[in-house]
Amino acid sequence: MNAPAGYPHKGGSHPGFQLSQAEKTQLAHETAPDGAAANPLRDAADRRLPRIAGPCGLVMFGVTGDLSRKKLMPAIYDLANRGLLPPGFALVGFARRDWANQDFAEEVHQAVKEHSRTPYREEVWRQLSEGFRFVSGEFGDKQAFIELKETIDKLDAERGTNGNHAFYLSVPPKFFPGVVEQLHEVGLDQGPEGSWRRVIIEKPFGHDLASARELNAIVDSVFPPKSVFRIDHYLGKETVQNILALRFANEMFEPIWSRDHVDHVQITMAEDIGIGGRAGYYDGIGAARDVIQNHLLQLLALTAMEEPVSFDADAIAAEKTKVLSAVRLPDDLGTYTVRGQYAAGWQGGEKVIGYLQEDGIAPDSTTDTYAAVKLEVNTRRWAGVPFYLRTGKRLGRRVTEIAVVFKRSPFLPFTPTQTEELGQNALVIRVQPDEGVTVRFGSKVPGTSMEVRDVNMDFAYGEAFTESSPEAYERLILDVLLGDAPLFPRVEEVELGWEVLDPIEAYWAANGKPEQYTSGTWGPAKADEMLAKDGRSWRRP
Amino acid sequence: MIKHLDSTTSAKIANALIDIRKEAGAATTGAVLTLVIETDERHHYYALRAAREASRAHPSRILVVIPHPEQPFSGLDAEVRVGDEMGPGEAVVMRLNGDLADHADAVVLPLLLPDTPVVTWWPAESPVDPAGAPLGKLAMRRITDASGTHQPSSLAERLRGYSPGDTDLAWTRCTPWRSMLAAALDQLPTTVKSVKVTAEVDNPSSTLLAVWLGWRLGVPVTLSTDKGPGITGVHLGTAAGEISLTRPDGMLAVLSMPDQPDRHVALKRRELADLLTEELRRLDVDEVYEEVLRHITDHDVEAITEAAPVPAKKGTITVTAQPSDGPLGDQPAKSAEKVREQQDPAIDEAPAADDAKKAP
Repeated sequence: MNAPAGYPHKGGSHPGFQLSQAEKTQLAHETAPDGAAANPLRDAADRRLPRIAGPCGLVMFGVTGDLSRKKLMPAIYDLANRGLLPPGFALVGFARRDWANQDFAEEVHQAVKEHSRTPYREEVWRQLSEGFRFVSGEFGDKQAFIELKETIDKLDAERGTNGNHAFYLSVPPKFFPGVVEQLHEVGLDQGPEGSWRRVIIEKPFGHDLASARELNAIVDSVFPPKSVFRIDHYLGKETVQNILALRFANEMFEPIWSRDHVDHVQITMAEDIGIGGRAGYYDGIGAARDVIQNHLLQLLALTAMEEPVSFDADAIAAEKTKVLSAVRLPDDLGTYTVRGQYAAGWQGGEKVIGYLQEDGIAPDSTTDTYAAVKLEVNTRRWAGVPFYLRTGKRLGRRVTEIAVVFKRSPFLPFTPTQTEELGQNALVIRVQPDEGVTVRFGSKVPGTSMEVRDVNMDFAYGEAFTESSPEAYERLILDVLLGDAPLFPRVEEVELGWEVLDPIEAYWAANGKPEQYTSGTWGPAKADEMLAKDGRSWRRP
Repeated sequence: MIKHLDSTTSAKIANALIDIRKEAGAATTGAVLTLVIETDERHHYYALRAAREASRAHPSRILVVIPHPEQPFSGLDAEVRVGDEMGPGEAVVMRLNGDLADHADAVVLPLLLPDTPVVTWWPAESPVDPAGAPLGKLAMRRITDASGTHQPSSLAERLRGYSPGDTDLAWTRCTPWRSMLAAALDQLPTTVKSVKVTAEVDNPSSTLLAVWLGWRLGVPVTLSTDKGPGITGVHLGTAAGEISLTRPDGMLAVLSMPDQPDRHVALKRRELADLLTEELRRLDVDEVYEEVLRHITDHDVEAITEAAPVPAKKGTITVTAQPSDGPLGDQPAKSAEKVREQQDPAIDEAPAADDAKKAP
């Protein structure tokens, strides 16, 4: 036999060759079969076989919402198109509309045609749409839930969903208690022996610690914790999962990933849009609750956590919980937290109105559309390294990134003039758009004199990859159907998030009001002052 | 952008690639592997199109090598294609004329991306010993296509010439069937007592699927032929009743399981680009494929041929009829050749039907 020549090492940690979730779950399955005799067609060495969810259905509350139309329904179609949904998969819509099954199918059809990622294929649509049902009713209407139960029982008989159903609550949290209670009342929370029932909830998980606990209590009273899946769609993004690959599959980053070499970390999630039609949801919530409490703290956790002992759900949750419990607020909340509200301006050449002029917003609203905070992580690894988190609407451009900024070299064998244009080294994980990693370092400017200037080295995960890399929701919905939980924040993480944010919100409520910033800029001046006080400045992302 | 370089050298091609990149203002390539394609004029367009498509998932530098030994003068003509309508990434189509046709490795070597995997793909005819072939030696992964050749008996040759790192698109085509059958047994853990596979005449994928099922389940397998397209059905006789997965039209399959309603499954025959994308996903040794090749000569397969209802010369997979110590892979197969001639090599086995039914 000829040994393969040319390429000495196998696979390795190249980002192009990460395990897909299907592969991961398959490997996980090998080690933990569900009690039954091992399937002879499954083989750990057979890495081509994706893990297809078992027979099941998904019940969606709030099918007429934006999220459902733009993300969830297309994601379900894309999963079907990739052959990852079980044969006989059923989708039940539940909403107030007076629809028949066909009207619902038509609605999904529109959504799929407009927003699906993979090409439309008639035969996939045909087999998928056979499993569509619609139940019309109010969220508190018992009769409608009885009808829902009948629909589900019928699906078990007609489509072979075998009693396995997930309930996706794509509805505002104020409806959770009603829906969950009704599910319990009519006995939908319990399937027949050997089947599962799961519930999927979306943020916001409360608006402070107390309300989050209340919400959890309601859900927990009906569903056991391991059946509750909290969606943070950021965690379904390839680039976010890549943080773990980058950190823990490589030798070259982890040794410098600590206070010895890191000066500070900046985590940014900027949007260029305003609140659009979401006044009702947004006003009174604000940027910090909407984004920092969940997305940004999750990104912080993944950036700062210690290496998990394995990649299973418990091990990752343990590390994230640990690091989130070590997050400390600055003593001086007045200086080290900033909030703002967008004012009218010209955003990218388009005239836009300010937050207070938006429809449905009171002219004296103190809701923050921009929030920036300085946090510290009290561990040996991170002591003294500030984590600056910021988020906002109507900022310069839409971007989410994590920038790990390194200390300056302790000694430079150059004269100050030679390194005048040398900044700090940085490693930037670009979460969206243009997914990838940028490394910034100094390089000699070509010429006869020695001058060092910053240059960027890019790894583009995006461009070529994005077209075929699955949407976050595809990944997350599949994980729910498989019962695979590593990418879902647990209740402890949600509560720790509120413990970080509650004192800040309390301080803001008692002191002053948000500073106005012109739409299309990078936020209020106070945010720049906050970093300037520490001798630092925000990156322009 | 397409740049033509006549009577050129590898170094000039490499410079052209860098120049084009610089002109576009992009300093680096995001390619994660080099894909070498050795083929002929007839197949190169479809192969290149599929490779560019696969490049969306696995950014590659694509090097297409077309030997023209019949040309009187030795020399290298190249077309450098970067950012053209075919897709992302960079591709070079090289025609090797005259004596140079025998030295493709010398042309390709300087153009391989540094320290990244090399994959060689033969979309149509392939060497008997892929790992020993000049372009195969450069690669860690070698992809052949038993369905793309004019010799349907070539599965046996695959085993004879097998080296770790070899794989075949006929095997890749089985994946959706295999995963659906595995999922069926996940749902109904039961003992399988018999297996029947039905497929089009001379379909190497069906042989691989049948052998895989026979090996994994440890039961005799019958393989019978019908009009196709491709694989048309698998029937598992189990203690609990029959599990069957049938796909008469090449698109929509029906899964029947004991005590359960029949369910439709979209099981479309996949396009070449999809097959290649799956193939490039993992570049380590496919041990399961190797094991399946080994089992082709085993007893399970004798069972296949014995039980096959159609006479061997009519097109049951004849390779399996050989006694295990006899020479492999030299069965006459003229009837199959005619079938192959009519097929568009770009699409997984049944292009015309696919195109006709494609949604607007």
